[in-house]
Amino acid sequence: MNTRAVALYAAMALLLALTGRLMGANYALTIINMGLISAIMALGVNLQWGYAGLFNIGVMGFVALGGLAAVLVAMPPVSAAWAAGGLRVLLGLLLGAATVVALVLLHRRLPAARWRGLALVAAGVAGWLLFRAVLDPGTVAVEAVSPASTGYLGGAGLPVILSWPVGGLLAAAAAWVIGKTALGLRSDYLAIATLGIAEIILAVLKNEDWLARGVKNVIGIPSPVPQEIALQRDPAFVERAASLGLDPVMASTLWVKLLYGALFLVVLLLLLWLAQMALNSPWGRMMRAIRDNEVAAEAMGKDVTRRHLQVFVLGSAVIGVAGAMMVTLDGQLTPGSYQPLRFTFLVWVMVIVGGSGNNWGAILGGMLIWWLWVVVEPLGNWLFGVLTTAMGPDAWLSRRLADAAAHMRLLTMGVILLMVLRFSPRGLIPER
Amino acid sequence: MTDILNALVVFANFVFVPAVAYGAQLALGALGVTLVYGILRFSNFAHGDTMAFGTAITILLTFALQGAEITAGFLPTALIALPVGILATTLLVLGTDRAVYRFYRARRAAPVILVIVSMGVMFVMNAIVRFIVGVEDITFTDGERFVVSARGFREATGLEEGLAIRTTQVITLLVAAAAVALLFWFLNRTRTGKSMRAFSDNEDLALLSGINPERVVAVTWAIVAALATTAGVLYGLDKSFKAFTYFQLLLPIFASAIVGGLGNPLGAIAGGFVIAFSEVMVTYAWRQVAAYATGGAWEPASLLQLMGTDYKFAVSFAILIIVLLFKPTGLFKGQSL
Repeated sequence: MNTRAVALYAAMALLLALTGRLMGANYALTIINMGLISAIMALGVNLQWGYAGLFNIGVMGFVALGGLAAVLVAMPPVSAAWAAGGLRVLLGLLLGAATVVALVLLHRRLPAARWRGLALVAAGVAGWLLFRAVLDPGTVAVEAVSPASTGYLGGAGLPVILSWPVGGLLAAAAAWVIGKTALGLRSDYLAIATLGIAEIILAVLKNEDWLARGVKNVIGIPSPVPQEIALQRDPAFVERAASLGLDPVMASTLWVKLLYGALFLVVLLLLLWLAQMALNSPWGRMMRAIRDNEVAAEAMGKDVTRRHLQVFVLGSAVIGVAGAMMVTLDGQLTPGSYQPLRFTFLVWVMVIVGGSGNNWGAILGGMLIWWLWVVVEPLGNWLFGVLTTAMGPDAWLSRRLADAAAHMRLLTMGVILLMVLRFSPRGLIPER
Repeated sequence: MTDILNALVVFANFVFVPAVAYGAQLALGALGVTLVYGILRFSNFAHGDTMAFGTAITILLTFALQGAEITAGFLPTALIALPVGILATTLLVLGTDRAVYRFYRARRAAPVILVIVSMGVMFVMNAIVRFIVGVEDITFTDGERFVVSARGFREATGLEEGLAIRTTQVITLLVAAAAVALLFWFLNRTRTGKSMRAFSDNEDLALLSGINPERVVAVTWAIVAALATTAGVLYGLDKSFKAFTYFQLLLPIFASAIVGGLGNPLGAIAGGFVIAFSEVMVTYAWRQVAAYATGGAWEPASLLQLMGTDYKFAVSFAILIIVLLFKPTGLFKGQSL
C-alpha cells in the first residue's frame, strides 16, 4: 500500500460516508455489503487475469454455481421427493459422469484409427440414452412432489455459512473440468468457451427444476444472522435501540446489515491475505513470469498449462464463494436474475478500473464500480429531472429522458471502461 | 409410401426449413466476426450489439414508413428501411473505429487488449440500443406471412402433414445468398477486395506493397456493418427483436466462425449451417418423424428429444469444444495467431 492507494481508499470511504449522509445509513450499508461481495468477485478475476493473464468471461456461471451451493447446503431436505426419486436421480447423474469418464478413457486407450471416432460417438450416444432413461423418470417423480412449494430435492439442512466454502468447491470443480478441456487453447477461444459454459450453467439452473426449482426460484434460505423480526421482538434489543434513539424497525435492519457486512469483511480480508501471500511467494513470481512470457517460462521448465489450470481453479473458487455469499445475503436463488452484463462484464470493469494484477486495486474497483452502478440510476433521474423541470413532465423529451435514465448504467460503465483503458490502462492502483 | 412422404414433410417443416433460415442468419453474423478477425485481428465482442443497433434503426424507420403508409406490398417493409439501417451502422462503427480502436491499432496492442476494448464498446452500444428502442420484444414483420401455408400444402398434396414456409425464411435465404455472392465477388474480383485479402494474409508484406491500411480497415468496417445489420434484420424478421437476445447470439455466431475457421469467410458460412442444423436437430423431438418413417409400427413413448430446447447453447458449445480439441484451426483452415 503506497500513499496513492491510501488516498484512494480514503476517498472511497468518504464517498460511502457521503452516500450514507445523503441517502440514509440503510442505503449506504446495502451498497457496502454488495460492494464487499463484488470486491471478492473482482479478487477472483484478478487472480486469473491479473496474475496469469487468463481471459475468463464466464464469471456469471461460477457466481451462479456458488449460489446453488447455498441452496444445496442450507435448505431443508424434501424427504418426500427423496423417497419419490432421489436415488434414481443420483444414479442417473453417476451414470452420466461415468459415461464421460469412459469416453475420455476410450479416447486415450483406443488406437488412433478412423473407427475410433465412430466407436466414441456410439459409446457417447449409448451412454446418453442410458443416462436419460435412468434420470428422466426420477426427475419427473421429484418434480411432481408438491411443485408449488417444493418439487425439488432440497438441500442438506446445514448452516448456511458452510455453503460459502462449498460454493467455492463447486465452482472449483466446474473450473477444473472447463480448464482441462479449454485451457491451452488461444486466449480468445478460452473466452468464448467460458462465455458458453456460463450460459450452460445458467440453462441447467433455469431448467432442472429437481435441482433448485429452476425459474420458480428458491426463497427463504436460512440466514446466518438473526432475523429482523426476531430482533424487534427481543425486549433487550428494543431497549438498546431506544437508548441510541432509534426505532426498533430501523435499528434491526441496520444491525442485520452490519452483521452481514462484518461477516463479508472477514471473508474478504482472509482472501486478500491469502491472495497477497500467493502473489509475493515464489509461486506468484512464477505466475507473473508465465503471464509476461509463456515461451520463456516454458523454457525454464515451468509447466504452463498445469499452472494455468491451477490458477483458473483457484480464481473460480473465489468467485464461487462470492456467489454463495450473495445468495445468502439475498436469502433466495433466482436464476432468472443472472445476466452476463451484470455478473461477468461488470466484474471485469471492476478489475480493469481498479488495476489488474493488484489485489488492493481489484477490491477498490469492486467497491467503486458497485457504488457507481447503484447510484448512477438515481443520479441520472435527478439530473434529467433538473433538466426537464422547465419543460414539464409530459413533454416528449421529458418522457424520453425518464426512460433513458434506466439505461444510464450500461453507458456509464462502457464509457468508464473505455476511458480507463485509453488513458490509464494500468488502473487506479497499478501493479508494482 | 405416403408415410415416408409425411415423415419427410414433418422433417422439412420443423427441422430443415427453420435450420436453413437460422443457418443463413448465423452465417451472415459469423462472416462479420471472421472479417474483423482476419483484418483487425481481434474477436469483436460488440458484434451482437452492432447487429442490434442496425436492427433498431431499421425498426424505427420501418415504423415511420408504416405510419406514412409506405409498404413493400407482400414483402416486409423493413427491407426498404434496411439500406438506411446499414448506412447508420456503418457510420457508427466507423466512428467507433476512429474514436476507440484506431488508438490501439497504432500502438499494435495485443489482441486480448482489443477484445477487452470491444467489451467496453459492447456496453456503450448496448446502452445506445436500449436508448433507441428499449428492452421490449418487438415484432416488426409485415406483408404476406407465408409463401406456402400448411393448409394450402395439405390441400395441394393430399398429405396429412402440412409444410409451412414463411416469407421471412425465403427472404432470409435470398438476401443471404445475394450478400454472400456480393462479398465473394468483392473479395476476389475487385482491387480493394484483393488488398483486403493481402492485408489479412500478411500485414507487413501488404504494407510494403503500398496498401493503405486505414482504407482497408475502413472498408472492412463498412462491410461488417452491412453484414451485421442484414443478419440482425433477417433474424428479427424471422423471430423477433430483443436487445438481450442479440447479445446472446454472440455465442452461436462465434461458434460458427470458429468451427469454420476464424478468418476464413467460406468457413464462416459452413460453420453457420453446421451450428444451426446441430442446434435444431439435437433439440427437436423426433417422435412424429419416427412414427411416420416406420409406418406407424413404432410409436415411441418418449419424445425422442436428445435435449430440451433451452439447451441449444450447450449444442453450439459442445460442437465448438469438439472442433477446437480435434481440429483447432476449424473445419476450413483458419488463421491462428
